[in-house]
Amino acid sequence: MHIQIRKFYYGDIPEENTGGATPINHSTEQGWPLWEVFIRSKQGLDHKHVGSLHAADAAMAIENARDVYTRRQEGVSIWVVESKFVHASDPADAESLYEPAADKIYRHPTFYDLPDAVKHM
Amino acid sequence: MELYDLEKKFQEKIEKEIKIEPRDWMPDAYRKTNLRQISQHAHSEIVGMLPEGNWISRAPSLKRKAILIAKVQDEAGHGLYLYSAAETLGTSREQMIDDLHSGKAKYSSIFNYPTLTWADMGAVGWLVDGAAILNQVMLCRTSYGPYARAMVRICKEESFHQRQGFESLLVMSQGTEAQRAMCQDAINRWWWPSLMMFGPKDSESTNSDQSMKWKIKRKTNDELRQQFVDMIAEQIKLLGMTLPDPDLRWNEERKHYDFGEINWTEFWNVVKGNGPCNKQRLEARNKAHEEGAWVRAAALAYAEKKRVRTTAKVA
Ligand SMILES: [Fe+2]
Ligand SMILES: [Fe+2]
Repeated sequence: MHIQIRKFYYGDIPEENTGGATPINHSTEQGWPLWEVFIRSKQGLDHKHVGSLHAADAAMAIENARDVYTRRQEGVSIWVVESKFVHASDPADAESLYEPAADKIYRHPTFYDLPDAVKHM
Repeated sequence: MELYDLEKKFQEKIEKEIKIEPRDWMPDAYRKTNLRQISQHAHSEIVGMLPEGNWISRAPSLKRKAILIAKVQDEAGHGLYLYSAAETLGTSREQMIDDLHSGKAKYSSIFNYPTLTWADMGAVGWLVDGAAILNQVMLCRTSYGPYARAMVRICKEESFHQRQGFESLLVMSQGTEAQRAMCQDAINRWWWPSLMMFGPKDSESTNSDQSMKWKIKRKTNDELRQQFVDMIAEQIKLLGMTLPDPDLRWNEERKHYDFGEINWTEFWNVVKGNGPCNKQRLEARNKAHEEGAWVRAAALAYAEKKRVRTTAKVA
């Protein structure tokens, strides 16, 4: 007889009541706001988005970012911005926003054919 | 656009290896599967701190203690990267934590085994982190952008975890008779649970492999498990120890190691909550969360007080 066992991939156990602890009351606790973290990895480089974290205020966000994102000297400067203040373009507008650039190849230096005799250009 | 077209376009992006980002359209089931997998992964990192945290105060030297603290702190960081990635799919941190604490959400069963001796710290680093790394390296190429980025960061930090574990066992394997026995005992206890980490066999399911089609997962359980066995079967020779499997032998034809059958009854028992430490782990998590409640509330109150003061000053 072929026995069928429910399969899940490592790291993905199916959602169902397979036992465990007894349910607790869900908390009504107000959570800390979400912050986006930007790190300058080296003097002279841009700050780059590295991820996000929760913190009660900006000072704590910077402290937490130090612990979470720079444990191995990944940065020399940190910016944090509360996530709710970030405005983003709509992925649905991607075509109208970015595709017009595709046919403007004259914006690139390689568009121009120059004789080899022209040096330093 | 029709739902059918959206799904077709979505699948085309997947085929072309274009990552899916939080605000892109995605099928509901894709969102759900990712949310479940990423949050379970986050919970595993967090609960995974418990068996090792157990030995921090009893590490045999200052050097080993510093290493263990650094590793456990890394795991906390991994949990945070992953919770953040999961939050981009539209569930709050509080909800996920609640689901973990109520027992509704799962985490890797491996952390429901006890760490009984100091040698377990070596065996966990070498075998458990070793198994996790194979999965995580694969997940660096997963299709959901935030998950893949978290994995890249995690993988950079993981390799020290496995190396320190192996090195710790190597030192023991060259030690006294008692240290050698302790080393072998830890390997004996952690070997089979580590193999179970990869989940049920590929052949024992009729489920459609949607996760593979969506490129959330890129290798099957058996592929990853075989990769792990081949790796460990060679490494153990350097320890002069053995793996507790009489059926383990090199198969010249397959160019892989053959190995014995996993105890699937034990596997399902632990998944269902009846492992040696399931109860203890959840109790420890709940206790920590409850005892930290006043700290979280105080931090919020303090932030609010500061905010009111600065607004008053400006006005
Ligand atoms: Fe980890
Ligand atoms: Fe690790």
